[in-house]
Amino acid sequence: MRILIVEDDAEAASYLVKALGEAGHVADHARDGLTGYGMAEEGNYDCLIVDRMLPKMDGLTMIGGLRQQGLTTPVLILSALGQVDDRVKGLRAGGDDYLSKPYAFSELLARVEILSRRRTPQIAETAYVVRDLRLDRLSHKVTRGVEDIPMQPREFRLLEYLMRNAGRVVTRTMLLEQVWDYHFDPGTNVIDVHISRLRSKIDKGQAKPLLHTVRGAGYVIRDEA
Amino acid sequence: MRLRWLIGTTAFKLSVVYLLASALFAVGLLGYVGWNARRLIDSQIAQTLNTQINALNDQYRIGGIRRLTTTIERRAREPGSFLFLLQEQSGDTLATNISGVMAARFTGPKAVETSYQSVEDEGQRREALVRTIVLPGGQLLLVGRDLEERERINTVLNQAIRILLAGLLVFGGLGSFLVARRALARIDAMTATSQSIMAGDLSERLHISGNGDELDRLALSLNAMLDRIGELMQGLKEVSDNIAHDLKTPLTRLRNSAESALRTGKGKDEYRSALERAISESDNLIKIFNALLLIAKTEAGTGSDSFIPVDISLMIEDIVEMYEPAAEEAGAVLTSHIEPGLVALANRELLGQVMSNLIDNALKYGLPPVDRAPATIAVRAHRYQKTIQISVSDHGVGIPVEMRTKALERFGRLDVSRNKPGSGLGLSLVMAVAHLHKGNLSLDSNAPGLKVMLELPLAGAE
Repeated sequence: MRILIVEDDAEAASYLVKALGEAGHVADHARDGLTGYGMAEEGNYDCLIVDRMLPKMDGLTMIGGLRQQGLTTPVLILSALGQVDDRVKGLRAGGDDYLSKPYAFSELLARVEILSRRRTPQIAETAYVVRDLRLDRLSHKVTRGVEDIPMQPREFRLLEYLMRNAGRVVTRTMLLEQVWDYHFDPGTNVIDVHISRLRSKIDKGQAKPLLHTVRGAGYVIRDEA
Repeated sequence: MRLRWLIGTTAFKLSVVYLLASALFAVGLLGYVGWNARRLIDSQIAQTLNTQINALNDQYRIGGIRRLTTTIERRAREPGSFLFLLQEQSGDTLATNISGVMAARFTGPKAVETSYQSVEDEGQRREALVRTIVLPGGQLLLVGRDLEERERINTVLNQAIRILLAGLLVFGGLGSFLVARRALARIDAMTATSQSIMAGDLSERLHISGNGDELDRLALSLNAMLDRIGELMQGLKEVSDNIAHDLKTPLTRLRNSAESALRTGKGKDEYRSALERAISESDNLIKIFNALLLIAKTEAGTGSDSFIPVDISLMIEDIVEMYEPAAEEAGAVLTSHIEPGLVALANRELLGQVMSNLIDNALKYGLPPVDRAPATIAVRAHRYQKTIQISVSDHGVGIPVEMRTKALERFGRLDVSRNKPGSGLGLSLVMAVAHLHKGNLSLDSNAPGLKVMLELPLAGAE
């Protein structure tokens, strides 16, 4: 994937470029809002990572301008401000996701990978399938092999989100945002317990577990052949 | 310099405006009186002129022009008499006591003003009101009255106006000056006090004169403000002391673990685990910073402008559902009794976090010692008058009455929980959010255990 980082802190940017490179992506760097604006318009990027505080043109203005030009590239906003109201402002300006500094790289990577997937137009799928696990979005039924698995509504949404992003890591905070629509840190192991319940429903007694824990990052549903 | 300040004061300006207005009013009133008096006098004179003319007319009818001439000659000699002028059509004077007037100029039904010369004191022209009629024989009869009386009243009134204005100017001006000086003196005292407060002496207070006027009320409210600022500064000082202390502990741990890994670390694995510990310690620090920031922002009122109607019942159900598996894992039962349809104007994100903090606290500190009581955590929400009462109660050790205030302070951790994870910021945030929503937070005993009560105003129940 091609990713553009618009960030005025040279050290933070070079760390990101390097880390994204190690994760198999190609990252470019722009030092200020104006340069970032030009590069985003010209280059065919899969995702933009934009700091809010930028010289020459601030991040939100830059995103707003790009959106007016009709650019649909997904944008992840980085910010040191990281509070509820700032998040709302960022998303209103045209950002797709919001992450406050300091962040864990695993969190940023997971978000960028899921964001850039939106670039490829999605057909509204009515069912997700991973190996022999099947989630039917219309009948709200989940089956593993021939066996029906009864699901609570919240468990269903949790599994739906994981399966829609099958093969990609989703973090705990992403699950909290997508499934419960909250952005705070619930502390303790609240999300982990939900996952382990879900896991016991879909993977228990199966030779091939599908729901995996990625240490230090989050969870992923995938068929590890 | 001082005079300029004095003149610049509101008290002075107001007094001057008031003074000008009263002067204008007084002059207007006296002018009106003068005008009316003049009209009254004029009409009275005109009436006496008519009576006189009628009487002379009678004389003419009885004895003709000769009798009229003698009557006029006699009457004209009386002191303080009317003015008379009897002339032939040709202009020859038959009898008179004035000169310099032609009767023919004034014929008409109405009395008119003119100036004349008296025969006795030559040369001086005086004002008079005269009326002239034409007699049946063609002669002209003019009867007039000197206006000296009227002029005297005018003079008196003019003098009254002058004296009034002078009095107003002197006493009013002096009064304004004194009022302004008094106000300025008190303002100067207040300024001096506030400057000394600004210079750092926060214990000083503005002087209260005790007469309960507007300056006293201002001083009282400023003093109350100073008290509040003092409290806040004291609080701020305590908080920053606490922050310094409570951040030092994890920072020291972080530093020590990195140092020891560097000194004695053997092999990749040991370095790796030391680095992981370092990251988790710094994550912890970041969490504390974020929590502090959020509390500070909430206390400053940020977020209240984005209040929307939030279904509190649904919100609590969601959070309870979120925590149910975690509670079960911890060996507790999370029960909820929530009245449906409770709506408040709120920030959903903040309230969600508050409920999460309360349940999280109950799970961490509210579990009873083994075999004593059921490990039940009850979440309740119901409408009470114009409020929503939310409570989270556990059966843990509770918080003794004397420790409850401390439990709400930032980093206010109780000894019993010192060895458990947590930052001591959870309840501070709950309280800040409660206040942001114009609600209340109270800690109660659940006999045994802790009952946290959160009260929010119900939407639409102002």
